[in-house]
Amino acid sequence: MMQPVTESPNGKGILVIGGGIAGMTTAIEAAETGCDVVLVEKAPYLGGRVSRINQYFPKLCPPTCGLEINFKRIKNNARITVLTQAEVAEVTGTPGDYRATVKVSPRFVTDACTLCGKCAEVCPAERPDEYNMGLGTTKAAYLPHSMAFPAAYAIDRAACKEGCTACAEACTYGAVDLAQKAEEKVFEVASVVAATGWTPYDANKIDNLGFGRFPNVVTNVIMERLAAPNGPTAGKILRPSDQAQPKSVAFVQCAGSRDENHLPYCSAVCCAASLKQSTYVKAMDPAAEAAIFYIDIRTPGRLEDFRTKVVEEQGVELVKGKVAKVEEDPATHDLLVTAEDVLGGRKVTRRFNMVVLATGIVPNTDGLPAGFALDEFRFIAAPEGKTGLYGAGCVRRPEEVSATVQDATGAALKAYQCVVRSAHHG
Amino acid sequence: MDKKLGVYLCSGCSLGESLDMEKLAKVAQKEYKAPVCRVHPFLCGAEGVAQIRKDLEEGTVNTAVVAACSPRVKTAAFSFDPTAVIMERVNLREHVAWCQKPKDEDTQMMAEDYLRMGIVKAQKSEPLEPASEAISKTILVVGGGVAGMTAALEAAAAGYEVTLVEKQAQLGGFVGTLKSRFPQTPPYTELSADGMAEKIQALTYHPKITVLTSAAIVKTEGQPGMFDVTVEVEGGSKSFRVGSIIMATGWKPYDAAKLGHLGYGLSPDVVTNVEFERMAASGAIARPSDGRPPQSVLFIQCAGSRDKEHLPYCSSVCCMATLKHAEYLHAQNADAKAYIIYKDMRTPGQYEKYYAKAQNHPATFLTKGEVASVRKGEGGLVVEVKDTLLGGSVQIPADMVVLATGMVPNSADGEAIRQLHDAEAKVLRNESDTQRQEAEKRVAELKQHEGTEILHLTYRQGPDLPVLRYGFPDSHFVCFPYETRRTGIYTTGTVRAPMDSSHAAEDALGAAMKAIQSVELASKGQAVHPRAGDLSFPEFFLQRCTQCKRCTEECPFGTLDEDAKGTPKPNPYRCRRCGICMGACPERIISFKNYSVDMIASMIKAIEVPEEDEEKPRVLVFMCENDAYPALDIAGMNHAQYDPSVRIIPLRCLGSMNIVWIADALSGGIDGIMLIGCKYGDDYQCHFAKGSELANRRLENVKETLTRLQLESERIQVTQLAINEYGKLPVLINDFMDRIREMGPNPYKGF
Repeated sequence: MMQPVTESPNGKGILVIGGGIAGMTTAIEAAETGCDVVLVEKAPYLGGRVSRINQYFPKLCPPTCGLEINFKRIKNNARITVLTQAEVAEVTGTPGDYRATVKVSPRFVTDACTLCGKCAEVCPAERPDEYNMGLGTTKAAYLPHSMAFPAAYAIDRAACKEGCTACAEACTYGAVDLAQKAEEKVFEVASVVAATGWTPYDANKIDNLGFGRFPNVVTNVIMERLAAPNGPTAGKILRPSDQAQPKSVAFVQCAGSRDENHLPYCSAVCCAASLKQSTYVKAMDPAAEAAIFYIDIRTPGRLEDFRTKVVEEQGVELVKGKVAKVEEDPATHDLLVTAEDVLGGRKVTRRFNMVVLATGIVPNTDGLPAGFALDEFRFIAAPEGKTGLYGAGCVRRPEEVSATVQDATGAALKAYQCVVRSAHHG
Repeated sequence: MDKKLGVYLCSGCSLGESLDMEKLAKVAQKEYKAPVCRVHPFLCGAEGVAQIRKDLEEGTVNTAVVAACSPRVKTAAFSFDPTAVIMERVNLREHVAWCQKPKDEDTQMMAEDYLRMGIVKAQKSEPLEPASEAISKTILVVGGGVAGMTAALEAAAAGYEVTLVEKQAQLGGFVGTLKSRFPQTPPYTELSADGMAEKIQALTYHPKITVLTSAAIVKTEGQPGMFDVTVEVEGGSKSFRVGSIIMATGWKPYDAAKLGHLGYGLSPDVVTNVEFERMAASGAIARPSDGRPPQSVLFIQCAGSRDKEHLPYCSSVCCMATLKHAEYLHAQNADAKAYIIYKDMRTPGQYEKYYAKAQNHPATFLTKGEVASVRKGEGGLVVEVKDTLLGGSVQIPADMVVLATGMVPNSADGEAIRQLHDAEAKVLRNESDTQRQEAEKRVAELKQHEGTEILHLTYRQGPDLPVLRYGFPDSHFVCFPYETRRTGIYTTGTVRAPMDSSHAAEDALGAAMKAIQSVELASKGQAVHPRAGDLSFPEFFLQRCTQCKRCTEECPFGTLDEDAKGTPKPNPYRCRRCGICMGACPERIISFKNYSVDMIASMIKAIEVPEEDEEKPRVLVFMCENDAYPALDIAGMNHAQYDPSVRIIPLRCLGSMNIVWIADALSGGIDGIMLIGCKYGDDYQCHFAKGSELANRRLENVKETLTRLQLESERIQVTQLAINEYGKLPVLINDFMDRIREMGPNPYKGF
């Protein structure tokens, strides 16, 4: 079934793939300028990775604050069509004149959902909570998180008990539709922006750092959930082996990044992220020990103030030296971190209750529609000449949130230019 | 508008089980004589919405009050044309039914009060009138460096007319003077050409771009969509109108004269990275003292940057610049030694590849370390470096020393000059010793700013963009990096933050987008971020103005100018619709059609305050609608229970809180008042920059008044709350209620 978007007065609209901070920004900035936008997100909610971050550096403010404003901008803007649980199957055509096929998976809950929560109340089945990195479960009928947008429940049919229709029966508003089918939608657009974001580098691949073998070695993305008030531990950082509050935490920088065997590039955000996470540890217990093992601390621009503040005011220790290995004391599940302390000029082994690996950024470029040029690390390379396909955010280079927003606003302009050109030539 | 009120009550989502809907309907019908009042079990469903639409279309209703869930949800279902229909949402779900005991007297009273407040608010609202001023969509770009030129070309490529003003005779800026730029394309190991000649060519002959070189802005007046700019050019001056402004005025190197401790001035062979670049760009690298090619060059990183005595921030580009300079040196003489003394090598992202390449060069020696001294030695210079990776101090002889000096934004001047004049005036006034000493200190600090003003805005709040820390004129929002505190004026490139040339070019794209968006929104009379699309404008009843200047001083966006007497001159297109001016005005003369002092005061009056002997206190809570209000919604969704004595009034920004409401509330028998807004201070989270801080300041004055009236100042509390602190809200409310109960009833109750 063909459902092209309405043409805007300026021409065709644009398609944005990915509803994280980059994609939302591109979509909103373009729509507020006057473009029609189709925003396609794979998850049942917008916000992507930032919605799972506890606080932003350097202000230590909650990402939901900016997300709330952005959701409001979307709600108030009829030019944006949001499709969740949707993926772009194919893009054909030329700049200014693309046809995009979007596959929308069923949510099994319609727009009629009022958030009353009856479906989850009666649901007998559970599923791993992907929003919390699998550190807990939700019902099979679930709201991804309390500030989720679109504000509607979803049903994970794969997790349902066979033949169960309890949610459909409980819903007074007829919002549960277990017969919902996948749909294919086609849009004619002038430009496509890929804002598909990133995945943390798989820490299981870094043998010497113990992730996957020792329960108290976690990654920086898991640490965000542990520290978040709406996370699996209600904001208390507890180490996985015994749910005890750690008295000492080591942060291992460049866990995979700047390493020819893993990611040869620098992931750019992990230094400031670990500095930030060390403040989570200190906020919980000012006497707790927090040490960051690093090659270079990279806090460009005014982020340097943040480094200074964390080190001088919070007493976080910076140790220059790449971590050679992490071992476990099986009796206590404490961890022994061996690093070359280059300033001291010797090897040191130190004991910590918990270790956080600063894993890096891997671009989500697998499965992108054909036509995007990639560099050797599979980031989207800067396009040459006039094209209609652009990247925005971490899919182009590892970068922090404000740089992503900057980049995504720029991508909105490139897409808008295609819209304007298509109106003049189309 | 002749109001035809329709009240729509939803009994779904357990509202019907929690509340007595009939009694609620009676409030609408008996107290407010609502001709239409309907109860529906699923108001947001197709049938419920169709009923409202039918009433609106048939003309039986033009003022709809929907008492159901939070206005944050079901927005599409309950959206109507704001120029024809007045629409008010009353939050009986998240703020009542889901957080209070069902079928309880106090819960019912709460719901009825909210309904009264919503009806009164709707009755006091007027439909919005779209503005229809003629808007210029021309974009002005100030600065012809890489950021400015890119912004101009890209805005023109989107179909907009652009005028670019450059103070130098040529375009190209700093990048135009470079020998080469950092790697920009895979494999990120090769330096790239500057590319500026092509850009200048494209710009010069672009039919939509007017370039003015050797030009300086002497005046910018007006507002977005209608900025009138006067520029001095060779042979006279030019005036023209533009719609929005991109400021891309770049940077200047940190003054190396202040780096005597690193050897600058000691010998001509100590140069800055900029001087080294110029040398390489113009031919051979030669030692200034004797013109011989150097056999060894020592590069000192963070020369002035990451240094509390100089620039506390990192200049971001110097690590890569030095690696590039080592490559220049080795291109000339592969055996010449390049020593690089750094604190941390910062080569983010794909630049790591270039760093890896440099590390592999046999004549490049990198070490972390602190430079202890630079002195003259036999035939050259000697640098003492401590705390190196080699352990202890080392003495390194070098033919030349290059200081990696950092970036200072070309923005601070206007602001600093204004502050300097203020401080100098204070010194002259010689009011008190402490004031004079403070001002003298300030003068000494600011004297370093010898630049000129840039935009020469005729704004009451000063001639240039206000700056935050270190002279950067940005807003510091993580989520909204292009925001400034002057509507329609955006910054880009190194004036915004230290960045390299390819980042500056990319940054310019976003700034161009914001500038275009600003004129497009202005052409529809709509507000820009964060209230994008808002059609309301502040209206001033100037006959009653007492020229107190509070509104003109407090607007965070410099919206209001003043005439000679101090009467505000509104510039509505500069307005962000936060209502801070409305909160500032003691005469209550500033209002929006859908938001006014009288409206909120009427909502307060609509609250039924029980008699003292009923022992039912009432507390008013003013909440920021952007963060605190959603947080209370989430508390409701989590079914967190809190004291039913509170009545919430959402505000566009806590800064729009007018203290007359406090007086109204207290004289009306309200026992206590909470204000819950965003965090303020250096890391402020207020979307309007200063709102919550201003509310707090106004309240300090109110507390003094309370004490005079023999009222406990603790009856008023200001709380800073982040949006994710919803878990704390019920506790905050309950604790405050406990204190109010301890204090006892407001003695003015019943007066």
